[in-house]
Amino acid sequence: MSEKIDIILAGVGGQGVLSVGAIVSMAAMKEGLKVRQSEVHGMAQRGGAVLAHLRISSGVIECDLIPRGGADVVLSMEPLESLRYLEYLKPDGVLVTAAEPFLNITDYPDIEKVHQAVEDVNNSNLVDAKTLAKEAGAMRAVNMVLVGALSNNLPIKPESIEKAIRDKFSSKGEAVVDTNLKAFSLGRKTGRK
Amino acid sequence: MQEVLVLGDEALALGAVDAGLSVAYGYPGTPSTEIMEYLIHYSENVDTSLIARWCTNEKTAAEGAIGVSFGGRKALVTMKHVGLNVASDAFMNSALMKIHGGLVFAVADDPGMHSSQNEQDSRFFADFAKVPCFEPKNHQEAYDMAIEAFRISELFHVPVVMKLVTRLSHSRAVIKRGDTAERKTLGKAPDRKDWMAIPDLSRGNWREHLELQKDFEKYSEESKYNTLKLNPERKDIAVITTGLAGNYYMENISELSPAPSHLHIGVYPFPEEKIIKLCDSAEKVIVIEEGYPFVERMLKGILPGGKEIDGKMNNVVVPDGELDPDNVRKALSLPPRESQKPASISLPGRPPQLCQGCSHGDSFLAVNAALEKLGGGTVTSDIGCYALGAYPPYNTVETILCMGASIGMARGASEAGLKNVIATIGDSTFLHSGITGLIDAVSTDTPMTLIILDNSTTAMTGGQNTILSSTQIKNVVLGCGVDPDHLKEFIPLPKNHDENVEILMEEIAHPGLSVIIPLRECVQTLRQKKSKKA
Repeated sequence: MSEKIDIILAGVGGQGVLSVGAIVSMAAMKEGLKVRQSEVHGMAQRGGAVLAHLRISSGVIECDLIPRGGADVVLSMEPLESLRYLEYLKPDGVLVTAAEPFLNITDYPDIEKVHQAVEDVNNSNLVDAKTLAKEAGAMRAVNMVLVGALSNNLPIKPESIEKAIRDKFSSKGEAVVDTNLKAFSLGRKTGRK
Repeated sequence: MQEVLVLGDEALALGAVDAGLSVAYGYPGTPSTEIMEYLIHYSENVDTSLIARWCTNEKTAAEGAIGVSFGGRKALVTMKHVGLNVASDAFMNSALMKIHGGLVFAVADDPGMHSSQNEQDSRFFADFAKVPCFEPKNHQEAYDMAIEAFRISELFHVPVVMKLVTRLSHSRAVIKRGDTAERKTLGKAPDRKDWMAIPDLSRGNWREHLELQKDFEKYSEESKYNTLKLNPERKDIAVITTGLAGNYYMENISELSPAPSHLHIGVYPFPEEKIIKLCDSAEKVIVIEEGYPFVERMLKGILPGGKEIDGKMNNVVVPDGELDPDNVRKALSLPPRESQKPASISLPGRPPQLCQGCSHGDSFLAVNAALEKLGGGTVTSDIGCYALGAYPPYNTVETILCMGASIGMARGASEAGLKNVIATIGDSTFLHSGITGLIDAVSTDTPMTLIILDNSTTAMTGGQNTILSSTQIKNVVLGCGVDPDHLKEFIPLPKNHDENVEILMEEIAHPGLSVIIPLRECVQTLRQKKSKKA
């Protein structure tokens, strides 16, 4: 059977959107899947809204961009940003986002309203990534919490993702690896029906 | 055969390496920057005999590369699309040289203007110079075409253009890499007459270049990158795609049954016979090109009674911005895909902005305060992070044109009669194209103040080292003839605000040319250095 999953990655420049994509890509490649990740570099990265397209498939990937209405998942590092790309989501697609706002604009809406708007989306998973990262042992691990939350929707074995996390952080020592693995596991427990 | 995960830019770089590249020169510019970054990394970590360097600007980079070719070795020049404007003098004239070592211009266009001031299409430049141009649509092609571009550069003795676009430059995928070819040995071009652009010789070289055109056409006609698939079952429409438009077309093709006849163009000059065959196959041709309507305009011509052609010129294909699977879908008359409903609240925009603690922010606040006290003025600016001084909360700058233009425009604005004229430019941009403008202003002691916002890096493109260190910029300014009494420096920090405003007011009031250098390192490069140390 051919496996194919299209993921929109969203956030604010500097939040590490691309590092989340990199972990998932590495894990997918370990399973022999093809990947294509379209990134944002340059001016657009300077504290502005960023969007990356991550396509994973067992077959040929012709195109760098995911069509509107084609994404299986929108994964966002930030709740307001998560709402910007709903047009990319399939009608039954899943929205996964961190709950913590990134405040660098003056007209940021009331956070309760933003969270409510996330809840209003079909199949949304609002992840308290900051709290879970703290529980795992480091605020910096929020991105791995999100990878964990995303992993429920991926055709990739969690072991492969754990292996990718290990590879990514091994140069920083066993403690950092453990924190990130724990963050992944806590994230994975969220949003399960 | 080895599989590697690379950006499109890196695929091109690896192709150049495997073609037997000796030297690469370039100037950073999004989306082309990662070509040279990869080559510099390669030269430092894999093969130290490879030379890969940033240059002062795209023109000096191109001239350097042409010199390498004269010496018989393969050279690559990298730049963004507007960089080719800067390099164009060298580029256009190199087309008439009998290129010796392979010479490839890798130029990355930015349709949609993700990080650029326009979306000019480099295929026109290749056409203007009458040299072949490759337009890869994926990573493997970027790699393979780079090798092929060097081959035909040496076969036809011409420079060759490789046009990338942002979406390929900054997309990551796996390529299959082959062996690395031997480098060419050093050997000067055999005949100097082929390398001197003086009228007497250029006339002959131009005729030879024109003669070559039919060889290019034959090459293009036979190239595997220009693929024609005819389907006699479908006679209403046929489709031409170029560059990434080919991918967006493929994304939708399952819904176009039976599939229209299709020509994808990846090499220029475009294959005329294949185009004619395609056009003969259907009543209407839809031309979908990433960039300007280059092929479409040629096809359309001006005489009546031609083929019915849909494309950017009649707005069937979106004429500005970049293509994507959705607007290509629309051009093919397919309905939009169903998607989730829009958000239940309205979303404020989040434009890019200066980083927290950025030195430019402090400089702009000081300029604003000085001008307010002086009753206003005129502020020109330039290409770099500091262009974000156009946005709130600063709203400082009024013009942004092209690399270095802040200085020339300030001089002109002052000579036109405007008062309190200030040019703001970054250190790297000043060295790239600002010095000549400064010399103009020195020549007339034009009343204006040049502010060189020195953050000791090329920040916008990711922190490449400036070609000269900050300590030397002052000497460059003085060497141009600026009065040492009117060259001032300050450190842009909130705590120095009042002092800095005073320095600015004094120099703005000076009835001649003055230069101020606010100096403080970019917060991003500072952080990177700290985290490297840690």
